[in-house]
Amino acid sequence: MDAIQQELLAQVADLHEVPEGAYNIRANGEMAGRNTTANIDILTKEDCPGIDIRIKPGTKGESVHIPVVLSQSGIQESVYNDFFVGEDCDVTIIAGCGIHNGGSAASAHSGIHRFFVEKNAKVRYVEKHYGSGDGNGERIMNPTTDIHLAEGASLEMETVQIKGIDSTARTTTAEVAEGASLVIKEKIMTHGKQYAETDFTVNMAGADSSVNLISRSVAKEHSRQIFRSRIVGNASCHGHSECDAIIMDEASVSAIPELTANHIDANLIHEAAIGKIAGEQLIKLMTLGLTEKEAEEQIVKGFLK
Amino acid sequence: MLELKNISFQADDDGKEIEILKDINLKVEDRFVAVTGPNGSGKSTLAKIVAGILKPTEGQIFLDGVDITEKSITERAQMGISFAFQQPVRFKGLTVKDMLSLAAGRETAVSEVCSMLSEVGLCARDYVNREINASLSGGELKRIEIAMIMARKAKVSIFDEPEAGIDLWSFQNLIRVFEKMHTEIQGTILIISHQERILNIADQIVLLSDGRIEKTGSREEVMPDLLGAGQPCKTLTDKL
Repeated sequence: MDAIQQELLAQVADLHEVPEGAYNIRANGEMAGRNTTANIDILTKEDCPGIDIRIKPGTKGESVHIPVVLSQSGIQESVYNDFFVGEDCDVTIIAGCGIHNGGSAASAHSGIHRFFVEKNAKVRYVEKHYGSGDGNGERIMNPTTDIHLAEGASLEMETVQIKGIDSTARTTTAEVAEGASLVIKEKIMTHGKQYAETDFTVNMAGADSSVNLISRSVAKEHSRQIFRSRIVGNASCHGHSECDAIIMDEASVSAIPELTANHIDANLIHEAAIGKIAGEQLIKLMTLGLTEKEAEEQIVKGFLK
Repeated sequence: MLELKNISFQADDDGKEIEILKDINLKVEDRFVAVTGPNGSGKSTLAKIVAGILKPTEGQIFLDGVDITEKSITERAQMGISFAFQQPVRFKGLTVKDMLSLAAGRETAVSEVCSMLSEVGLCARDYVNREINASLSGGELKRIEIAMIMARKAKVSIFDEPEAGIDLWSFQNLIRVFEKMHTEIQGTILIISHQERILNIADQIVLLSDGRIEKTGSREEVMPDLLGAGQPCKTLTDKL
């Protein structure tokens, strides 16, 4: 693995060396390393690019890393990864994609991740996106996440895209069964002419299911963002979504929430706030000796922390 | 030393110019100076002009003999002026520790944050990593605001009505903080307040009325006037 690929790995997976536990590293469209454990098996799919990750019931405290790095300009790929998480597991899954594009052809990675989380299993899923390189070629990422939570299961997803991705369309769908809970925390910062679109559709199918979608984003310069969330309550459930965006320069942000209650005990809430940095926040930090630019940086850094 | 020379400030009110401050001349030499006066007398405007948030229409401001009238908020802060807002600002994501570090101008250790917060009667364990957001009460925010000013260790610390928005019980504790500050601080404190207990510890009191300095001097000189000031109008006295 070369220096550029290692840098991308460090950015998307905080990996500086070979991770502990199970992992599968994909570099420029090919497998660059894999490790399985007694409880976690990783198998290459035969009908399409991608892998199956099978986690045995009752596996606790283990982690799986599946980073992807693209450093060759012009690579376009779609990868299908399926996670089968057995009953009563408690595991962390860390995915992430880094694209370095120093050339003029567009590089694109579409990761299609499906999660089948069995009864009472608990998953923390972390996904980071990062782009670098000074070529003219676009860096494009279109992640699709499809989540199926069985009774009593829970999944917490953290997704972060802070730098360097020119275009992203992120689609997340989820089916939440009785007593299951889903939390998604999204952080996005766009600049230049970047475009980021997020689309959540959550179907609350079982009694006492819950979902909490939290999106915080900063749009700078001429970038554009669209946040869509659809929560459908088909049972007694709690659904909450929140979109909080700071807009700067000439940027544009749209928040389009949709709530549908098909059950008398479905409680659904959406909150959205879009606005520039408050003048009094800048002034407060300036009275502490920061310049206006430094104050802005601190506010944005804190907001996306 | 802070000095204001012929400071006037006019604001635009629906196309009509109104004079908020009129030819203010003031030398702040004592350690603890309180500015008081009725609502609308221009106290907060005066504080904001010193901090650089508002620009005076006329006049000059000097800090240790240097004319700072044209200096920005940032420059004044770096020169040693510190300002506690009447209504502290909330920040999503920034924690108490982040803000105290920014105020101190360097990364602060948890033990330092602990000692700063205990000065204002807060237990660090409960607050270090709390975000300065809507989950904090007005009284908590106010104390954190004061802790930030103490962390700055500036030459001139301005407090704009530290008692505003605080319940009586919290205020009793705050008074102790100012009493302590009065004995310990190395610079000058300029405090805008209506509270007798704060005026009682001031070395100098400035009474503002209708944009002018009506009286300034030691508390023995100003306090008697103050208690007699603001006599109710005839309509009210007739009713009484």
